[in-house]
Amino acid sequence: MGAQVVTITSGKGGVGKTTAVANLAVALAADGARVVCIDGDIGLRNLDVVMGLENRIVYDVVDVIEGRCRLRQAMIRDKRLPELFLIPAAQTRDKSAVTPSDMVRLCNELRGEVDWVLIDSPAGIERGFKNSIAAADRVMVITNPEVSAVRDADRVIGILEAEEKGTPALILNRLNPVMVRQHDMLSAEDVLDLLAIKLIGIVPEDESVIVGTNRGNPVALDPKSRAGQAFRNIARRLSGDEVPFLDLEAGNGLWARLAKLGRK
Amino acid sequence: MFNFFRPKRSAASAKERLQLVLIHDRTDLTPAALEALKDDLIAAISRHIEIDPNAVRINVAHDGREQRLVADIPLRSMARRRAG
Repeated sequence: MGAQVVTITSGKGGVGKTTAVANLAVALAADGARVVCIDGDIGLRNLDVVMGLENRIVYDVVDVIEGRCRLRQAMIRDKRLPELFLIPAAQTRDKSAVTPSDMVRLCNELRGEVDWVLIDSPAGIERGFKNSIAAADRVMVITNPEVSAVRDADRVIGILEAEEKGTPALILNRLNPVMVRQHDMLSAEDVLDLLAIKLIGIVPEDESVIVGTNRGNPVALDPKSRAGQAFRNIARRLSGDEVPFLDLEAGNGLWARLAKLGRK
Repeated sequence: MFNFFRPKRSAASAKERLQLVLIHDRTDLTPAALEALKDDLIAAISRHIEIDPNAVRINVAHDGREQRLVADIPLRSMARRRAG
């Protein structure tokens, strides 16, 4: 059986693409799948530091494409999960070092080796983005509940539909349930209403994501992290499981539960 | 909870503003272009039947990710025309 190639993209920068790829990759690999993630952000690589693998890089994706190494040599094995690999981006090159057909060829070679190929797209809608979606079987668009991020997500969804990549699934990242309850943040319903695509997951704003990133440990490996739980749920939905959405609106604390009782 | 004097909460503003911006982004139709289209439409229809130009409403409606142009053009009734 061949791997599924999944690309995560957003239009706007800084909404959580790299964090989502790192977390979905570890969640899938922790469930026993063989996973390769590819950093598509040539010139501005970051998936390596978010995964804590920056000290192990020898070869990168451009080395593979230009034939300086074999594919296997550029696949860095994760230090925690033996079936998880990273193909890092080149840091001293730019997006034009790779073409969409290079990505298709690379992913086709990987399809026989693993179960999942996750591609971390750069921000924007130019060459790097086009490279990142070229080989994708499925695309996930990630956004935050903010006007600029939602607007850019809509642009990207429109481009994906125009390029006949199908309608992507939506990850809503950094939702703050307290602000939503105070009507000072767009709710998941608002964002879905605006973008009109299928939701695959909601990730709450969670300080543990920053702490995990500081250490190079994706929070999907932390059983206590709520964001980690949300990423694990998205990984299971990707695999085809039906997983109910976290009740973020209600929150977890005592007061939130009392408030919920009061509303009934 | 409801405070009459408090301005509208910001989430509602965000949603309303996004709704308008997304229509223009998706259709590449600016409010000015929509006005021009409306004037052309009124002129074309008026050559055939009598309408009240002030009552014409043109909007972009959306159904999921599909956009459609919706025109509401009330016709002047024959009775009123004869009486006037």
